[in-house]
Amino acid sequence: MSTETLEKELVVKAAEPLLSKRRRKLVTDPLIDDNPITVQVLGICSSLAVTTQMQPTLVMAISVIFVVALSNYVISLMRNTIPARVRIIVQLAVVATLVTIVSEILKAFAYDMYKELSVFIGLIITNCIVMGRLEAFAMGNKPYDSMLDGLGSALGYAWIILTVAFFRELWGSGAVFGVPVFEYVSSWFGPDFSLATNGLMVTPVGAFIILGLIVWVQRTKTGYVEH
Amino acid sequence: MELFSLGIRSIFIDNMIFAYFLGMCSFLAVSKKVSTAVGLGAAVVFVLGVTVPFNWLLNEFVLKEGALTWISAGLAPIDLSFLRFIMFIAIIAGIVQLVEMVVEKFSPALYGQLGIFLPLIAVNCAILGGCLFMAQRDYTLAESAVYGFGSGFGFMLAIVLLAAIRERLKYSQVPNGLKGLGITMLLTGLMGIAFMSFMGIDL
Repeated sequence: MSTETLEKELVVKAAEPLLSKRRRKLVTDPLIDDNPITVQVLGICSSLAVTTQMQPTLVMAISVIFVVALSNYVISLMRNTIPARVRIIVQLAVVATLVTIVSEILKAFAYDMYKELSVFIGLIITNCIVMGRLEAFAMGNKPYDSMLDGLGSALGYAWIILTVAFFRELWGSGAVFGVPVFEYVSSWFGPDFSLATNGLMVTPVGAFIILGLIVWVQRTKTGYVEH
Repeated sequence: MELFSLGIRSIFIDNMIFAYFLGMCSFLAVSKKVSTAVGLGAAVVFVLGVTVPFNWLLNEFVLKEGALTWISAGLAPIDLSFLRFIMFIAIIAGIVQLVEMVVEKFSPALYGQLGIFLPLIAVNCAILGGCLFMAQRDYTLAESAVYGFGSGFGFMLAIVLLAAIRERLKYSQVPNGLKGLGITMLLTGLMGIAFMSFMGIDL
């Protein structure tokens, strides 16, 4: 009797669709309601520095998505064999290996981008989102779920830094993805007209202020209040 | 004099927080009280000051291209610099563990203050960032020691100042959505503008 119910449960579990409601929630929750940057305050380090332009930010975002999703997957596969006392070192070793792969790939196929991002690719290792998700989710959940969770968190992170980069590049250098929008727009109004760019946006100060404002808007919309 | 100039530059101009956004997580999380901010700041100064020169040795004698020639001349073409991330982070984690043990043994009072922060520091971006900048900029051993301590002090200065402002902030009325992270980011931006006034100082 008891084995029968157990088997039934197993069958029901195995039949959970690849993208069930619960799993979709794993990916969509961190996008807005539980955003790693604006709500959990993780991972602000390391990548804001690359947000002066859209293109390096996009590369950075893709690298972070790759590292977070895969490290969550790998750690979750190993979660029952890692002794609790040395888990941080094991996690760091896995993450550092993945980041080295990303860095070598960039070095081989996009050397200019590699030069531009320089140390900030390496700093994905210490991005708090990676360690935070490993500790909070991957150590206690199944591999596929962990991967989806990592994907969701990294996407939540990606859209925030891309938004910051959009405003910084637009106002700071009058362009989007290197396309000179300001020049184009000002040409409509005759030769003497030009839109001014704000040099402050190119400096780190611009990133702090824009992120602060994004957090304000986002938290006002979701009604989240920090005490 | 060169070293002094480098020290001043790493504290005020190339400040870890205001110029490179490194160590933001702990900067935001541990800046609610001045006393804890001082504790974390001191721990960062200490760990950066030790790990940067240590990693310099590692980089110079093991990882760099042609670094292994001190073993035999035949090893000159070996370039292990792709192992930099994993070796640096291992050294950092190891040294943090060691520092924790030494402090616990010899100064229990200090351990009581720093205790909870030390494990956090292993994953602080400022430490790894400092080490990677050191490798990228080809500092000498003396320079890397000065750079390590200098950027540590820069971090400490920033976090203690922010904590002092946030203690006063408790008594002001901040809009709901801005409470916590939002207002702290705006404050950091304003502090960054203040720090920009140091730019261009050349000793």
